[in-house]
Amino acid sequence: MDEDATKDRTHLGAIAPGERCTVARVGCDGCLGQRLGDLGLVPGEEVMVVRNAPLRDPIEIKVSGFLVSLRRCEASLVEVVAR
Amino acid sequence: MSRRILAALAGQPNCGKSTVFNMLTGARQHVANFPGVTVEKKSGHFKLGGRTCELVDLPGAYSISSYSPEERVTRDFLLFDHPRVVVNVIDASNLRRHLCLTVELLELESNVVVHCNMMDVATRRGQVLDADILSQRLGVPVSTGIGRTGQGREQLAAVMTTAMDQPAKEEAFRVDYGPLEPHIKAVEDVLAEGGDLGAPRRWLAVRLLENDEGARQFVAEVFFDPVRLSRLVAEHQEAFRESAGETVAAFAALARRRLARSLAQAATVKSAGPEKTRTDAIDDLVCHKYLGPLVLIGVLFILYQVSIVWGYKLTNYTWPLLAGLKTFVAGFLPPAGMLEDPMLRSLGLWFMDSVNSLLNYIPIFFLLFFCVAFLEDTGYMPRMAFILDRLFRSYGLHGQSTLPMVLAGVYLGGCCVPGVMACKAIPDDKSRLATILIIPLMNCLAKVPLYILLVGAFFPGDASAAMFFISTVTLFMALPIARLLSSTLLSSLDSAPFIMEMPPYHLPTLRNLFTRAIEKVALFVQKIITVVAAVAIIIFVLLQFPGISREHKAAYQARLDASRSQLDAAVAGSRFQAVLAGDGLLGFLRYEEAYKAARAGVEDAAAAKAIDTRFREENPDYFAILKPRADAVAKAALAGVKAFAQSRDSISIEMRRERLETSFLGILGRALEPVTQFAGFNWRVNAGLLSAFAAKESAVATMGAIYKLEAGGTDNQSLEASMRQGEADFTPLHALALMLFMALYPPCMATSMMIKVQTGQAKWMVLAILYPMVLGIIVASAVFTGGRLLGLDGNTAMWSFYGLAVAATIVAGLIPHRTPVTLPVTAVAGEEAAQNA
Repeated sequence: MDEDATKDRTHLGAIAPGERCTVARVGCDGCLGQRLGDLGLVPGEEVMVVRNAPLRDPIEIKVSGFLVSLRRCEASLVEVVAR
Repeated sequence: MSRRILAALAGQPNCGKSTVFNMLTGARQHVANFPGVTVEKKSGHFKLGGRTCELVDLPGAYSISSYSPEERVTRDFLLFDHPRVVVNVIDASNLRRHLCLTVELLELESNVVVHCNMMDVATRRGQVLDADILSQRLGVPVSTGIGRTGQGREQLAAVMTTAMDQPAKEEAFRVDYGPLEPHIKAVEDVLAEGGDLGAPRRWLAVRLLENDEGARQFVAEVFFDPVRLSRLVAEHQEAFRESAGETVAAFAALARRRLARSLAQAATVKSAGPEKTRTDAIDDLVCHKYLGPLVLIGVLFILYQVSIVWGYKLTNYTWPLLAGLKTFVAGFLPPAGMLEDPMLRSLGLWFMDSVNSLLNYIPIFFLLFFCVAFLEDTGYMPRMAFILDRLFRSYGLHGQSTLPMVLAGVYLGGCCVPGVMACKAIPDDKSRLATILIIPLMNCLAKVPLYILLVGAFFPGDASAAMFFISTVTLFMALPIARLLSSTLLSSLDSAPFIMEMPPYHLPTLRNLFTRAIEKVALFVQKIITVVAAVAIIIFVLLQFPGISREHKAAYQARLDASRSQLDAAVAGSRFQAVLAGDGLLGFLRYEEAYKAARAGVEDAAAAKAIDTRFREENPDYFAILKPRADAVAKAALAGVKAFAQSRDSISIEMRRERLETSFLGILGRALEPVTQFAGFNWRVNAGLLSAFAAKESAVATMGAIYKLEAGGTDNQSLEASMRQGEADFTPLHALALMLFMALYPPCMATSMMIKVQTGQAKWMVLAILYPMVLGIIVASAVFTGGRLLGLDGNTAMWSFYGLAVAATIVAGLIPHRTPVTLPVTAVAGEEAAQNA
């Protein structure tokens, strides 16, 4: 993962709907980190941002074939590498 | 007892665990798609290989950490209740995620049986999995099935039976933690000094290194030297972080998830194609930027239409049944008296009226719960939260607060009891309580009659505008209040992150929906009716006592006797004198009432004739008075009786009025006048409002009774008219203050009890009762006194208030509030970016 160019490194909240990315790091631990991991946001996992909610927040993502919704503030804690 | 075997059912949310539970035990239980809806522990019994198996349905948990109550319940049950076998239900179409929990269960050294549920969904998605490979890799038996149809029950039962008699495995399942292993070993060695601790040593060692709160507490209790242990653990944590560059917690969780992923890969023969699933297609519409909200409005409208509107119509058919029940009970009570009913009779009737007024809601509740179960089971609820979360979050609420508010009557007509019940689905403590606390401010069905009465009496010209005002202003009061509550009283409560699975859509089974709806109605009847019945008796006492003094009673009796003598004089010497003598008169009055009741609503001439014949046969003398036709003597008798009945009625009304005025409730109403005068409420209004606490419908009934008396009104005068007449100095401003007070009225008894049930703490119930009362009197006083000082008329005051409420809502929504997540992520990310550069 380290050889990925740093300029591609961003966070999940910055990915536009319809785009894919790979989880690089979940930047939090404790309850939130646990919950993000529980729902499949694990380093190396491919994520697709499906859509924004009508009011732009929360977002809906597809991870390992399943749909998960999370708020932007939580999504911004997931570091990803854009494709 | 020794032959009873304890088994547990564990699984992640949305694995269909509840359907498997039902499949095994045949018992019915809550099944929903929303994560974490099964919070309580449920158990059922079934026969397994000639023995009785007690199956405990553990709450859905994503993993076994100590972060949520569901997870703690699961962990503690597995560790301390020692189930002989643990059935781990997993979603066959999403092995990768669901196997994470399996790995953790195996680390706990439970006797696990894996059951792959929802094989139909996997097949539909083109997935093929090899249960044998999975079983081999995990080292435990694996069965497959479809919970919804009951397919695979035999296989699962057989696997469970075999597993139960198997001795504990020599070689426990191990997750290879690689570089962490030496540290685990070191902690394990120290733990070994403590002998058998009652939990697997390796598991405990890993969890301690991960800094798991539950594990720390556990060793503090059972290990002889917890101080040395925690120092050792801290050293190893630090050493690992130095060498690996990440925390043990993150590393270990990742190791388990990687293992789950490789297990899933190994067991998957063919994975799902990239094509769109049915769920994706539905979501394209349901979560669409513009169409999504429209669908949402449509769904809520249908929900409202079906449950509230149709349910209300349905009560037209069920009400006669309840009225029949009352009549039936009345048959066992002492008969009505001439002036006053015997105490037992009034109490009995009052009691039946109170209980009936709640039972009357059952058709509405049933439809409501049925529709909600449908929405839950299909998987629509998380979508609703998705669409509205942003809006509600500004007010400290949650996307999931929508449904409770709609059920409670976000526009006009709903019921707070199911509203409060639906709050259970909100996964965040803070938002859930905020929602529960504003639910009573919605416009439930019972508030509507008072609105209609006041609007009809004081805003006759702009009735529809006034109705619109009161129907919508409640939301603009509730939202700022929610915002206020969540940043003050509720600010210390936990706020959970909004990360929610959007489960695949399912078509629920009709049977499931029916049983769920019935279960919830039963819960309502059990928890609520008994309390309400008890409170009804208390209110009865408050209304009836201390009662009229003996001297006054004697005076009323004397007046009655006087009109009785007039009647006696009128019929003296006629053939009716004997008929109406003594108890004969009361007999006739009851007979007349029964006749009127029998003829009420009968339009068919033949049927009316049959009733006439029946009554004539029953008592020809009474019938002759009742239907005098050309008989002059009978006519005179009837006129005499009518005059008597009229004076009896007016005496009886005066008595009731006096009883009310001198009753505890009346005294209380008067005592409150110094406070309520600023809101423009006099003691009559106070008494009406006080009696509304049992059920809000009572407010109109009580005030109706008072005003009818005040106006000395006749039956055919409308309540609006008698209210205007009774409160000659009442202005639209009075009515406005009263309507706003009613909008902010404390929850009724039933809702209050439900708040206690749902929050588990009486203090929230007390708060939910007190704050609307205080707020209501403040708002009503401000509007009334303020409006009067400014010389506003009712309409101007109304729309000024509306403007203020809308402004408050906008301001409350714009005030930024602390995000619940405060994490050092930026620092860490910055560090890494520096490294990378």
